[in-house]
Amino acid sequence: MAKKSYRQALNEALRQEMQRDPTVILAGVDIAGGLSSAPEDVRDTKGSGGVLGVTGGLLEAFGPGRVIETPITESATIGMCAGAACTGLRPVADLMFVDFLGVCFDQIFNQAAKLRYMFGGKAQVPMVIRAMVGGGLNAAAQHSQMLHSLFTHIPGLKVVLPSGPYDAKGLLIQAIRDNDPVIFLEHKALYDIEEDVPDESYTLPFGEANFVTDGDDVTVIAFSKMVHLAKAVADKLSKDGISVELLDPRTTSPLDEDSILESVEKTGRVVIVDEGHLRCGLAADIAALIASKAFHDLKAPIGLVTAPHTPVPFAPVLENAYLPSEDKIEAAMRKVMV
Amino acid sequence: MHLSQEILLDAYRRMRTIREFEERVKVEFEKGNIPGFIHLYVGQEASAVGVCMNLDDRDAIASTHRGHGHCIAKRCDVSAMMKELYGRRDGLCGGKGGSMHIADFERGMLGANAIVGGNPPMVIGAALSAKTLGNGQVAVSFTGDGGSNQGTTFESMNMAVVLKLPAIFVLENNGYGENTSHDYAVGSKDMTARAAGFGLPATRVDGTDFFAVYEAAREAIERARNGEGPSVIETVAIRWHGHFLGDPQVYRSKAEQVDIREHDPLEKFKAKTLGDDLLEENQLDHIDQDVKNLVGQAISDASTAELPSVDDLLTDVYTTY
Repeated sequence: MAKKSYRQALNEALRQEMQRDPTVILAGVDIAGGLSSAPEDVRDTKGSGGVLGVTGGLLEAFGPGRVIETPITESATIGMCAGAACTGLRPVADLMFVDFLGVCFDQIFNQAAKLRYMFGGKAQVPMVIRAMVGGGLNAAAQHSQMLHSLFTHIPGLKVVLPSGPYDAKGLLIQAIRDNDPVIFLEHKALYDIEEDVPDESYTLPFGEANFVTDGDDVTVIAFSKMVHLAKAVADKLSKDGISVELLDPRTTSPLDEDSILESVEKTGRVVIVDEGHLRCGLAADIAALIASKAFHDLKAPIGLVTAPHTPVPFAPVLENAYLPSEDKIEAAMRKVMV
Repeated sequence: MHLSQEILLDAYRRMRTIREFEERVKVEFEKGNIPGFIHLYVGQEASAVGVCMNLDDRDAIASTHRGHGHCIAKRCDVSAMMKELYGRRDGLCGGKGGSMHIADFERGMLGANAIVGGNPPMVIGAALSAKTLGNGQVAVSFTGDGGSNQGTTFESMNMAVVLKLPAIFVLENNGYGENTSHDYAVGSKDMTARAAGFGLPATRVDGTDFFAVYEAAREAIERARNGEGPSVIETVAIRWHGHFLGDPQVYRSKAEQVDIREHDPLEKFKAKTLGDDLLEENQLDHIDQDVKNLVGQAISDASTAELPSVDDLLTDVYTTY
């Protein structure tokens, strides 16, 4: 056990699974910092391992047969991983920025997601697609989106959003061992946060929410980076005597509906915090679940804190206005307490 | 090139089975007995069979929406195929896929694909598995002239070259991508030359000549198995029927449709094998009758086979959830 960053925890998960299972391979652009194609004299330096360093050192450890740096051709890369997955390998593809999903979405939602069903259960696609999500780095419209609701909508895909290092390692190991296509979304603003992470391998199940705090007054459901903002607000409100039950579902598909409904039954007040957009997003999805199955438990309308219906703006002052903030979350929580 | 009687008879049987299957499916579809959409492979039989005769069950192929021919060429069960088209429980895919998603992983048939250009990335994935696991297998993508323009096809060729994968891209030029002619849609007017630009050996053959296809495929597959990387084969064989069954084919002349029937791959095969005394007529007649019975039985069985239960709707979305 040691204090490790989100980035290190993910690296450990990949390293341990690749050691355990020789069919686990990685594929993506620059996952070894471009060292596969670098001249001889440069190759001695350690690879930077991907844009934000998650896959560092893995090429050196496992070789180019298992750590495959690809050209910038997402359709071929993601589709190749789907084809490899249904013929004996367990690929972990690196899409880099989730915003690139448009370039290869057919291979994800029409191919990987549907092979098992269309072929009557005769295929299985044990692949993972890792991608970075989220804003706050001034990376602007095409490098800052969440898009998890698009994947969640597709039957056949599983969708994971780890909010911290401990969850990240356990969920990634689970994802690699899972026999279905898993979309594993890492918030780019979380890579440096640290917490205690076990040295040994462990898994965390999909479809089981983490109760970050237990409480009686209001249920708050948050994903990914939003969990940290919601936790900060919960701590603040607890000083005012408001007891918050904060749930991090960890996975949006499968979704821990039971925990959500049980919590709503207890508190009667709900705020959902999601960095995605409201339309057809996770906040709307969970609000519909609650309204249809726990209507009579509600003491107030459901509070929704999301990004607005705009692309992510560049200027820091605008991006700050775009992202859900502690102030907005606090306002939403106080409003349902009325 | 000397091919044994056994191989020649097998080739004829597979081609005849495709022809009979497709023509009978056409009849049943027009009677209203088959749901959905059907895309017939008639006239192209030698392309699928010429290639697949060089493969075994462990090698992988994937196809397009026009996939019955490749399925049969890869020795998939005809009766289970017919049941799949009829949407029956014992169909090759449990009735969950239908004509456009017909597959049999045990025969290395990774599926017909309803997305034009949808299969090349998957095929290079199968090739990657073969290379990584070191099992000597190869993977073949069948794509049409329409699909040859898709970015996925180009990306997959490039990837196969970069990673030196045992993949073969068979570009089946059947004259049309949906309603649009190859000559209009393929800017280079020459798919083979264009593919060669991606850095892999590319050759064009007459897709109605089984022997030409067989030989080109044999070379490409041997290259792949020897670790020498991917190849492209363009096979030219114009489809006899429309894009889909029911297509009024307003984009083709009647004269063209008559002319292409002069180049029947089955008649060509017969003429060559009988003319060169490689086979005897009664052997071929026997196969014709056998196949007729096989397909007839498949239709009769499919028409009365059990339907999927409504519970089957919810199964096999995931392995676990």
